[in-house]
Amino acid sequence: MKIVVVGCGKIGEAILNALTLEGHDLVVVDNRDHVISEIVNKHDVMCVCGNGVDRETLSEAGVESAELFIAVTGSDELNMLSCLIAKRMGAQHTIARIRNPQYNDKSLGFLRQQLDISMSINPELLTAQELYHMLKLPSAVKVETFSRRNFEMIELLLKEDSPFIGVPLYSLRERHSAKFLVCVVQRKNQVIIPDGGFVLQSGDRIGLTAKPSEIQKLLKSLGLAKKQAKRVMLLGGSRIAFYLSRMLMSSGTDVKIIDMDRAMCLKISEMLPGISTICGDGTHQDLLLEEGLLDQDAFLSLTGMDEENILVAYYAATQKVPRVIAKVNRDEMAAMATSMGLESIISPKDIVVNVVLRYARALQGSMGVASIETLYQLMDGGAEAVEFCVKEDSALTRTPLKSLPIKKNTLIAGIIRDRSTIIPAGDDMILPGDRVVVIAGEHRLKELTDILR
Amino acid sequence: MNRKMVYFMTGRIILMVGALMFLPLVVSFIYRDGGTLSFLITIGSCAAVGLGLSLSFKPDSQVIYAKEGFLITALTWLTVSAIGALPFVISGEIPNFIDAFFETVSGFTTTGASILTNVEGMSHSMLFWRSFTHWIGGMGVLVLMVAVMPNLSGRTIHVLRAEMPGPTMGKLVPRLRDTAKILYLLYIVLTALEFVLLLCGGMPMFDSAVHALGTAGTGGFGIRGDSIGSYSPYLQWVIAVFMMLFGINFNLYYLLVLRRFRSIFRSEEFWTYVIVVLAASGLICWNIFTRMHYAFPDAVRHAFFQVNTVVSTTGFSTVDFNLWPELSKTILVLLMFMGGCAGSTAGGLKVSRLVLLFKNIRRELRRLLHPRSAAAIRFEGKAVDNSTLSSVNTYFALYMGLLAGFVLIVSFQPGFNFLSNFTAVVSCFNNIGPGLDLVGPSANFAGYGGFFKVVLSFAMLFGRLEIYPMLISMSPSTWIKK
Repeated sequence: MKIVVVGCGKIGEAILNALTLEGHDLVVVDNRDHVISEIVNKHDVMCVCGNGVDRETLSEAGVESAELFIAVTGSDELNMLSCLIAKRMGAQHTIARIRNPQYNDKSLGFLRQQLDISMSINPELLTAQELYHMLKLPSAVKVETFSRRNFEMIELLLKEDSPFIGVPLYSLRERHSAKFLVCVVQRKNQVIIPDGGFVLQSGDRIGLTAKPSEIQKLLKSLGLAKKQAKRVMLLGGSRIAFYLSRMLMSSGTDVKIIDMDRAMCLKISEMLPGISTICGDGTHQDLLLEEGLLDQDAFLSLTGMDEENILVAYYAATQKVPRVIAKVNRDEMAAMATSMGLESIISPKDIVVNVVLRYARALQGSMGVASIETLYQLMDGGAEAVEFCVKEDSALTRTPLKSLPIKKNTLIAGIIRDRSTIIPAGDDMILPGDRVVVIAGEHRLKELTDILR
Repeated sequence: MNRKMVYFMTGRIILMVGALMFLPLVVSFIYRDGGTLSFLITIGSCAAVGLGLSLSFKPDSQVIYAKEGFLITALTWLTVSAIGALPFVISGEIPNFIDAFFETVSGFTTTGASILTNVEGMSHSMLFWRSFTHWIGGMGVLVLMVAVMPNLSGRTIHVLRAEMPGPTMGKLVPRLRDTAKILYLLYIVLTALEFVLLLCGGMPMFDSAVHALGTAGTGGFGIRGDSIGSYSPYLQWVIAVFMMLFGINFNLYYLLVLRRFRSIFRSEEFWTYVIVVLAASGLICWNIFTRMHYAFPDAVRHAFFQVNTVVSTTGFSTVDFNLWPELSKTILVLLMFMGGCAGSTAGGLKVSRLVLLFKNIRRELRRLLHPRSAAAIRFEGKAVDNSTLSSVNTYFALYMGLLAGFVLIVSFQPGFNFLSNFTAVVSCFNNIGPGLDLVGPSANFAGYGGFFKVVLSFAMLFGRLEIYPMLISMSPSTWIKK
């Protein structure tokens, strides 16, 4: 698929990297020539140096024949205008990053309709939604939802005292009453799709699937279930903090925001009455303790500095705050933070990349025959969960799973039939009309039949 | 530094060269000229060395940076030249390894300078291999590998940049691999076209193939003592025109395929190239018509052919231009420095560099008169950034410095006069082939001693790879681990 990306900041680069790995042809437009020369050296893309609103520049980038046009410059207005021009020039689909809260409230629908933008991305809003999800569910590290919330996967880190350790997977399933499936394991830097004889170790990060109704039961039997967060402290009054506070407050949670900037504090308290805003330096431990860090159910560090977020979150974790999440934007920082023992890291960049990838996949799927519903990157992109709709004439149907010749490093993690989820065992089979969630290691799946050997 | 990747890539290239040798092997089967065994032995050793290298140096990561790109390029070209020399040595047709090495380097770098005193005595398969090295080296071994080998990372651009001639490298399409494929496709189509046109003109099949390959790579190994001189005027015209075509930036052919005629029409480099060729041909035509008593059509043809052979750095010849008047010889020697367009298979300084140098000089002169003037330099309709300009300046200085160095070293050779030594170095450094006087079109490089042949081989490699890769790979700091 031919894709044009305008704007090559952190998010732009992450998007183009993911899309090139997917096998798309990318053309990148940016008006800073040092950025362009850097990108050309690192990624297999074509670069055009120029203004993303200029017709001539866009024409040089081949927008006329582009299937997807993505504008992710720093300016919302530029992105919108750029998408409008690209659309008029013949680009089939356009995605614009629009992050200003004012555009995102009531006018977004109107704007999108008038400018004919296929999808707008607001990284901060997406991140806030993700954070909200994490806070509202008990302390599983991360939750992914598939198939309209019928199917969930939770990622968790196994500690030394976990009952999962040291037992082959097939006997785990017998021991616990809940139906569940360990579908992906990250051990050090390696991602493994385990089979029945696999034995988990402490320090493994695992992805578990189970019926939503049984997740709570499972977590309880693991001793992981905790009460919902009622008091939340946020460090940094960013846009993410704003969106998140709004969501949390409407569900009756106490929110406290700490920010150094007095004007920012005042603005937030003006927009969100009822919130408590503290103006002060959140890196001072005294201040955090004074503001009741120890009484909090959750602590989120959301400042613009990765380093600060990691260190303060680490401090909060040592003070035994039940739930600590740090926002980390740079990949290498995230890896470092995990190795320090921080369990929950959130990266707005990854969230945006996921959204764009999913869109591109769906777009490509709709052009060909593939029927991918959604795609999730798991374990830092080491594995993928792909949801397919099974067609009438598929080669996989009406055969028990244990007799299907499935490729190594792929796993059928769930079958969704009539809105109920089956966590598959060897005797289950796929029927036409089902939705199937497949977890794949290094293979890039395009169709359901790709999982066969 | 990612040493493993450097050796791994080199191993892969050696394997590929082994695979390419199947073509001359087939030729030796057809003509039963006894070259079969030497090619088989070489292919065997390529397989052994290539597999050995790429198996024992499995890289942990494919990530390479500019430094590795330069090293891979330099190392590849050296090893490929050494391996390419083997068939000549094993078959005994060029028994001395240094001679064979010179001949192969001259082939891969598309120079066309030869040490053979009796070309017509060579076997068909060896002649074919000699010209085939031109063809491979013209577009580049590494470009071919990128086109053929799947799953290379995007950073392979460092390798391509080190191998492709010209001040900057532009991609035709987003994917590097597709760009390399398109380049080779255009290359093959143009070569085939010339082959057919030569066949139509009554040139024998083998001769057509060899000359088409030699022209495409802008190499210039002939298979007769007088190069192209004894073929019909039609054939000479075909070769002359194709030499000119292969000196043009291949991006323009791609634009032609895309039917973006206006972009081609607006290319400054293209027009400069065409104007220089026509002007020089006109001048030489007038000079030799008035002084040498050629018939007018012959004068036009010889002038046009010789100008193109030099400008495209090919090195075929229809007459011994060593006998021409001084004015014509001077023009030809000056043209040797220019070379073809960037992104073509030709060597030399490249037209675009010269245009940029000229524009820069004009700006500096203006700055002397108007110390506060702030003017941008435009080329091909776009402003040129200062880093490109300064790299062009640096390249020119380095080029001149190295040229002087090579001339000095080669002057130690006893028995050669200044004109011969100078034109020999200029000709090798710019990948042309023949020089003047003792190394003129009707003479050859056999008279130089072994050491000087190696020096001239290096001059050819420096010229073909545009200096930097060779320079960096020869610097001790690249290799010494502290």
